[in-house]
Amino acid sequence: MFYRESGDFKTSYEQDSQTFPIKFDRYRYYAVLAIAFLVVPFVINDYWANAILLPFLIYAIAAIGLNILVGYAGQVSLGTGGFMAVGAYACYKFMTMMPEVSMFVHVLLAGGMTAIVCVAFGLPSLRIKGFYLAVATLAAQFFLVWLFNRVPWFYNYSASGQISAPERDVFGILITGPNAPAWATYMFSLIFLTFCALIARNLTRGTLGRSWMAIRDMDIAAEIIGVNPMKAKLTAFGVSGFFIGISGALFFSVYLGAVEVGEAFGITKSFLVLFMVIIGGLGSIFGSFAGAAFLVLLPVVLKVVGVDVLGWPTDIVAHFQLVIVGALIIVFLIMEPHGLAQLWRVAKEKLRLWPFPH
Amino acid sequence: MKLKLTTLALSALMAAGPAMADLVFPSLSYRTGPYAAGGIPFADGYADYFTLLNERDGGIGGVMTKLIECETGYNTEKGVECYESTKGEGALVYQPLSTGITYQLIPKVTADGIPLHTMGYGRTSAANGEVFSNVFNYPANYWNGASGVVNYLLELNDGDLKGKKLALVYHNSAYGKEPIRTLEELSAKHGFELSLLPVDHPGQEQKSQWLQIRRERPDYVTMWGWGVMNQVAIQEAANIRFPMENFIGVWWSGAEHDVMSAGDAADGYKALTFHNVGRDFPVFNHIQKFVVDTGKAAGAGDQIGTVLYNRGMYAAMLAAEAVKTAQAIHGTADIDASMMRDGMEALEMNEAKMTDLGMPNFGPSFNVSCENHGGPGLVGVTQWDASSKTWSLISDFKATDGDVIGALIAEDSAAYAAENKIAPSCK
Repeated sequence: MFYRESGDFKTSYEQDSQTFPIKFDRYRYYAVLAIAFLVVPFVINDYWANAILLPFLIYAIAAIGLNILVGYAGQVSLGTGGFMAVGAYACYKFMTMMPEVSMFVHVLLAGGMTAIVCVAFGLPSLRIKGFYLAVATLAAQFFLVWLFNRVPWFYNYSASGQISAPERDVFGILITGPNAPAWATYMFSLIFLTFCALIARNLTRGTLGRSWMAIRDMDIAAEIIGVNPMKAKLTAFGVSGFFIGISGALFFSVYLGAVEVGEAFGITKSFLVLFMVIIGGLGSIFGSFAGAAFLVLLPVVLKVVGVDVLGWPTDIVAHFQLVIVGALIIVFLIMEPHGLAQLWRVAKEKLRLWPFPH
Repeated sequence: MKLKLTTLALSALMAAGPAMADLVFPSLSYRTGPYAAGGIPFADGYADYFTLLNERDGGIGGVMTKLIECETGYNTEKGVECYESTKGEGALVYQPLSTGITYQLIPKVTADGIPLHTMGYGRTSAANGEVFSNVFNYPANYWNGASGVVNYLLELNDGDLKGKKLALVYHNSAYGKEPIRTLEELSAKHGFELSLLPVDHPGQEQKSQWLQIRRERPDYVTMWGWGVMNQVAIQEAANIRFPMENFIGVWWSGAEHDVMSAGDAADGYKALTFHNVGRDFPVFNHIQKFVVDTGKAAGAGDQIGTVLYNRGMYAAMLAAEAVKTAQAIHGTADIDASMMRDGMEALEMNEAKMTDLGMPNFGPSFNVSCENHGGPGLVGVTQWDASSKTWSLISDFKATDGDVIGALIAEDSAAYAAENKIAPSCK
């Protein structure tokens, strides 16, 4: 009834190729943006920012990055934690080397640095694929964590090997450090997420995205029809690394404020982001958001329900959390292998026919 | 348990009549994950002492205490979530029992004006209260620990460690790296050789480190380990037949569960401590009577008298004493976090006080001041007896190398102050 193409006439090529061709979708998108930018910053408090929204926004960026690599280009990667660490440490080095520069620049530079590192570790993908590539990226994960633990230059020779974010601002508004207001950190991350999602969405709809998908679907056939596999794979690694680097930089500077590489960017982080992508839906930008929201919110919801509402002991709730999240992942993989994004797609198909399904 | 405690506190509150807020103590505990073995007894001890105060004394100064437990799993992200979700409840003091979470919380608590007490862990240079206004790490810190090990070895070797080899097996994290700087200084000062052997989280894989120890044959091994890493290290040391009496762990590597799994082979293993061990203290009879026997214990009640239970209880006792001090300073029973901070800064612990509390000779006597948030740094040594399954104090609490540590604290805190634009001062 509301959700349909009919009656929505396009009179120019621009209109025809816009991001959301269906009117309802478009308005929903505008509404979400308006709420996120104009309403949430005024009602946000420390708890919502630091416990729920910031991790969601930052993991969503990481999930988009990984989704480009795994979902669109079909290159399995287990190195996400290591690449996020590159973003975090690059951001830290830039922040301490050039304190007067705006945080926006630091985060973008950190993303760029990670893109370079990610391309370098993506080189093996030209020769190997599948499980073998997964093992090569796993090596990247362990190597990078080891590197940041081992070389004191990366953590400015601090006694504990931790990096902690000094206070930095954007146009005079504090973004990092404990005195940064909740709305500022939220807005800062939101701007990056919006920017990343727009770029990702448009890249995946264009030539580059199509060449990634061609490589993913069948690399030999893609090569025969003229897709350059080296270019496609390395750009996928580069773009993915850029996004993951941004998320790592934000994770360190805006969200946590102090980071220890082995603990914050260990192998569990790689798996967490991979789960987000798989649960959300491979090859879908919406899926990255859904997966990140699911895995960030679920533990918090379970904790609130178990501890605060039901009054159970904290350890039992923590154990239940593991069981429930694990069970849900299995259920999802069996019932809906294409993830939350597929559920959304099915819902849209149904909506299109509703209320006259025949 | 929490529900019971809350309802209990609530009903007591209603009985008390006029609406008075509780004294809120968040417990950022970890009862799950690879570090749970250490987290559980500590959290139990912490919770049971506050329950005892409520049950026996009707709270502190007539105000009931309320413990909010939040599971961190030793994970910094969850620690931040716990901090944010509990700070609005009027939290008086945070004790996260994790150096990683401490580093997260230091800037946050300073901005929010809530004190942070990291007893025997956390950032060592927080002992300088001029820079770290809201962070306390009395009565001892890691650098006292490092110096304590060396002093004890000096004692064994008649004051001369020249040419001796000391190996440090450490958890490869902020926690494990803390003592390195002090040990390096001390190795230069006393002329012993130091070798560093990092063990990655969670520490179940230590074959290569112990192979290296077997090859290099150090005279002594010291360990900065936590959680499952301790048990594995002690087992590995037993496997290569390293003499246990030459193996000294820091206070986080010296609990019952760390040595039990190695059985008789662990006999003679030593560990540092900054408080007394065992359960021969009157306070434990009170806990048994008022808390365990009435079914209000946080855990199963079987941990009483273990090293980490004692430490959790000691932490709770110091917090409760700081509350009393704060109540006396500000003349109100219903204190907030900033008054709590003043109470902690003016805390005086002495033998008479501890005897009154049923803990004679449980910990050192000390005074906290604005300049010194770190206490006296007295370190004792305990030894494990595998046949009777007890720890016993074999070297009394002794002073550590204040010259070396003081200089390092001044240097590190000055660097922190410069980085964060803090003007060191005592208000």
